[in-house]
Amino acid sequence: MMTSAVGVVFVGREEKKKKKTTSKMADAMGSKPAETHVGKEKRKSATKRYWQNTELNDPVKTEDRNHEKDSENHETSENKTERKKKRKHGPQGKKFISGKKDPFPGPAPVPEEKIRKFQRGQTSIVANDMFSDGSEILKSTLKDAEETSKLATEKAARFDLLLSEDAGFLEADEGEETCTIAQDDIADAVDITSGTKYFNLSLTQFGPYRLDYTRNGRHLLLGGRRGHVSCFDWHSKQLMCEINVMETVNDVKWLHSEAMFAVAQKKWLYIYDNTGIELHCIRRFNDVLRMQFLPYHFLLATASATGFLQYLDVSVGKQVAATCTKAGRLDVMAQNPYNAIIHLGHPTGVVTLWSPNQREPLVKMLCHRGGVRSIAVDKTGTYMVTSGLDRKLKVFDIRAFRPLQSYFLPAGASCLSLSQRGLLSACTGDIVQVYKDVWGTPVKKPYMAHRVRGAVWGAQFCPFEDVLGIGHGEGFTSMIVPGAGEPNFDGLDSNPYRSVKQRQEWEVKALLEKIQPELISLDPDQLCKVDRATWEQRHQERVKQLGYDPLAKEKFTPRHKGKGRSSSGNIEKRKRQVAHEDQRELIRQTVEEKLAKEKEIKEKEKKKAQQGQRSALDRFKK
Amino acid sequence: MKVKVLCRNPDDYVRETTRDIQRVPRNYDPTLHPFEVPREYTRAMNATKLERVFAKPFVAALDGHRDAVNCMAKHPTSLSTLLSGSCDGEVKVWNLPTKKCVRTLQAHEGFVRGMCARFCGTSFFTVGDDKTIKQWKMEAPGYGEEEEPLNMILGRTELLASCASDRSIILYDMREATPLQKVIMNMRSNTLCWNPMEAYIFTCANEDYHLYTYDMRQLSMPIVMHSDHVSAVLDVDYSPTGKEFVSASFDKTIRIFPEKKSHSREVYHTKRMQHVICVKWSLDNKYIVTGSDEMNIRLWKANASEKLGLSAEVKALHQLEPKLTTREKQAQNYSQKLKQKFQHHPQIRRITRHRHLPREIYSQRKELHVMKEARRRKELNVRKHSKPGSIPYVSEKKKHVVAVVD
Repeated sequence: MMTSAVGVVFVGREEKKKKKTTSKMADAMGSKPAETHVGKEKRKSATKRYWQNTELNDPVKTEDRNHEKDSENHETSENKTERKKKRKHGPQGKKFISGKKDPFPGPAPVPEEKIRKFQRGQTSIVANDMFSDGSEILKSTLKDAEETSKLATEKAARFDLLLSEDAGFLEADEGEETCTIAQDDIADAVDITSGTKYFNLSLTQFGPYRLDYTRNGRHLLLGGRRGHVSCFDWHSKQLMCEINVMETVNDVKWLHSEAMFAVAQKKWLYIYDNTGIELHCIRRFNDVLRMQFLPYHFLLATASATGFLQYLDVSVGKQVAATCTKAGRLDVMAQNPYNAIIHLGHPTGVVTLWSPNQREPLVKMLCHRGGVRSIAVDKTGTYMVTSGLDRKLKVFDIRAFRPLQSYFLPAGASCLSLSQRGLLSACTGDIVQVYKDVWGTPVKKPYMAHRVRGAVWGAQFCPFEDVLGIGHGEGFTSMIVPGAGEPNFDGLDSNPYRSVKQRQEWEVKALLEKIQPELISLDPDQLCKVDRATWEQRHQERVKQLGYDPLAKEKFTPRHKGKGRSSSGNIEKRKRQVAHEDQRELIRQTVEEKLAKEKEIKEKEKKKAQQGQRSALDRFKK
Repeated sequence: MKVKVLCRNPDDYVRETTRDIQRVPRNYDPTLHPFEVPREYTRAMNATKLERVFAKPFVAALDGHRDAVNCMAKHPTSLSTLLSGSCDGEVKVWNLPTKKCVRTLQAHEGFVRGMCARFCGTSFFTVGDDKTIKQWKMEAPGYGEEEEPLNMILGRTELLASCASDRSIILYDMREATPLQKVIMNMRSNTLCWNPMEAYIFTCANEDYHLYTYDMRQLSMPIVMHSDHVSAVLDVDYSPTGKEFVSASFDKTIRIFPEKKSHSREVYHTKRMQHVICVKWSLDNKYIVTGSDEMNIRLWKANASEKLGLSAEVKALHQLEPKLTTREKQAQNYSQKLKQKFQHHPQIRRITRHRHLPREIYSQRKELHVMKEARRRKELNVRKHSKPGSIPYVSEKKKHVVAVVD
C-alpha cells in the first residue's frame, strides 16, 4: 500500500547503490592479471581436505603440515570471500570460478500482467514530450517521480510473487457438472478444518435471518426477523452474545470492528456492543429497513421505509446527511466499495446512486421493467449486478453506465452478493446458486447450487474465506464455495488473526485517517488529478453561483461637485466623456485588427502576384 | 472431482510466544486498499496540522550584555561556542548548551563593530569604534595572567571587505589592488552573505525592506528579490547547506527564506524581542542565534517543529534511548513526502502558511500592500495615457538597481 510504497522506494535506492559499488569491484577484479597466485593455491587446496589427510605419523612433519595448512586455510578463506563477492553480482561477473554459467542471470523477470495490476494512472508523460516547452527543473522532477513510481510498481509486483496462499478451486470429473456436486461431498473431500466450514444452524423459532460478516471475516452477526440477535466468532464457533430485542429486526450490521453492531429495529436504530449491551438508541433514524457501513468513512448509511437516506458518523455520533429520496419505501440497498457511493433500488425499476454531499441522485438508471429486487457491486467498482421482478439478472458497467449482460432466470433472483474474487450468489426461493464470471462470456450454468430449508432472507460471502453465509427461514447455513475468497489478506488492513491489542492499534490508526464525507464522489482519485478547468470556465461558474460578475467593470457614477458644477447637464456630459473613453479603446483595437488583416491580405496578394508571373521553365521544378 | 478450499494454519499468522513480535502478512493489491488518494490526503492533512502543533521554535535566551548586541561570530570548530559584541565595547564568549557566559572582555571603547574568528579557532579579531582592530586568544587566561589583546592594530577604519557602504555593493579581488565591480542600488545595503555552497551567489540585506540575491557574474539584475519584512533588513546569514537563509530586521522579527523563493517560509518573533541587529545560522544547520536591541541573545530552532535532543550516535555512546527510532524516522519521511505531494491543495496550503503576527506588522503589511497597489495602478494609468511603447515594462527586480560600475 502507500506506506509501503515509499518504504519500498527507499529499499530500492539502497539496493541500487549496492549494485553500483559491486560493479565497481567487479571492474577492479576484472582488471587483475589472469594468472594470480590465488588461483593456483585454490587448486592445491581443492585436492587436500582435512578428512583426506591420512599421514599423521611423523610429529615434526605434521607440525610443518599444520603451518602449511594454516597458511593454506588463510588463503582459501580469502578465496572464499572473493568468490562470494563474485557470486553476489552473478550477471556482471558472468562466470563463476567453477567455470559454470549462471543459468538464471539477474533478478527473476516479473510478468507483465502482475506489473499492470499495480500500475496507477498514466505513465510516461515525459516520454510523450507533452512538456517539451516546460522548464528543465520540472522535467527532471517529473522524470524522477516517474522512475520512483515505476520502481515501486515493480517491487510491489515482485512481492506479489511471494504471497503464500493460493485461491481455492472446484473441478468436476468428466461427464459431471460442478453445480451437481453436493455440499456434503465437498465437505468430505476436503480437510477436516475446511469441512467444518459447512454447517447448519437450526433456528426455527425467530427466523428468517439476516446476517453480516465483519470486514476481516472472523465474526458473524445474525438477526432474526422476530427479534433474535446473536453474534459469534464463527471460526471457533464461540458465542459472544445472544439477545432477543423483543421487536421486529429489519437489518443487522457490524460497525468498524467486532466490538459494536447496529440493529435496525421496528421503530428506531439501536447500537449494541458485542456483549449485547444496548449502547445507543438513535431516534433520529426511524423505520430503517436496510443499512450499509462505509468502513473508511466511519459512516452508517441507512435507508428507511419513509424514503429517507441518512448517514450517521459513528466516530462522533452525528448525523452527516439526511436526504429525502422521494421514492417511497427503500428496501434495496448496496454500497460501491470502490467509491463509497450508495446504490438504491426502487419499485419502478430504477437504480439511483447517492452521495451524502448532494440532495439529488448522482445517477438514475432504468435497469428493469419491474421493481428492483437486489443489487450488488463488485469491489473494483466496475460492475453492478441487479435483479428485478421481471425475472432478469443484469450486469452493468458503472463506469460507463451501460449494460453488459442480461440473463433470464425462470424464478428471478433475490439477495445478490458478490465475493472478493467475483463469484455471484443469487437466491431463488430456497435455492442458492453461485455463478462464476457473469460479466465475461455469457454464463449458461451455475458454478454451484445448494438447497436450504427455508426461503432465503440474506446471503453474504465471507471475506478471505471460501464460504457463503445464508440466512433463511429455518436458521443459518454456511456453504463452502471454493474460489470465493481472496487468499492473501493484508495484516495492516483487515487481519482475521489479529489480537485485541492489534485491533486497538488499528482502530486508532483507522480513526486518524478517517476520510471526511465531503470527499465521497464518483471518482475517488479525483483529488490527485490536475484540475484542467480553465480560469474562464471557473469564472463562469462563479458568475452563475453569485448571480453577478464580481470582476465586471463598475458602472461610472460621476462625483458630486459643488458650486453649481453638478448640474444634470454637466453630469451627463461627464458620463458621456467616460463612455467615449471606453469606446475609443474599443475602436482603437478594432482599427488595429483591421489594419493587421489588410496588411496580411496585401501580402498574400503580393505573393499570388509573384506566383502568377511564372516562367515556362517553372513546370519542371519540383 | 478436484477441490481445494482456502484453509489457513493459524500458526502461520499468529506469533509463537508472547515475547515474539506480531506477524503482519502484507498484500499490496490495490483493490484491497481502496480510497488510496483520499486516505493519503487525510494523512497529509494530519501531518500538516501536527507540524503546526509542534512548532515551538524558541529554545533559550542568553542575557548578560549591558547594551544592545551589535555583532556575533560563530566558532569555526566548536558548535557550542558563540562570540558576541555589544554597543558598549564588551565582548562575551558563550557556552550555548549550558546557556552561560564563559568570558567577558572589555574590548573597545564605543561600539564593537565587527568580529570574526580565525579559521583554526585559536583566536578572534574585533573591530571597534575606537579605530582599532584587536586580536584575542580564544581560551581564557590562566590564573594570574592578565587579559590583554594579543595584537593591536591602530589605524583607519576602512577595512578590506567584500562589500557594502553608500548604497553600493563592491566586489574586491584580494589579489588585485582595484575593486572588481560595484553595484549601486536605490538604498543602502546593510549586510551581505555569500552562499556557502554556490560560491558566486550572495544575498544582501537592504534598507528598503527587501533582500536581494545576486549572481556575481551578472550584477545588473538580482536573481531573486525577497520581500516580506516591513522594515529595514539589518542582517542576513546563510544556512551551511546553502538552501536557505535567515534575515534579521528592524521590524522585530526574523524570517527564514528559501534561497530561490521570494517569500519567507517562516517568521519568528516574541513579545520581548526588539529590533534584531544580528543573526547567525549555526554550523550544524539546527539553530539560529539572534542578537537584539534589548541586550539579549536568543536561540531558535531552524526548523520550528523539529524534535530536539541528542543525536542517535551520542545516545548510543551513553546507552540512552536514541532521539528517533528507525520507525519514527520512516514515519517522518513518509509524512514529509505526503506534505510535499499535497502542498498545493488549498486546505493544506492554508494551514502550512498560517502564522500569528504582531498587530503592527500585520497592519503595516496591509499598508505596504496598498501602497504597492497604488504605485502599480499609477504606472498603469500613466502607460494608458501616453504613447504606446513610450513607457517600457521594467521588472520589479530591476527597478532597485541604479547602476553597475566596472
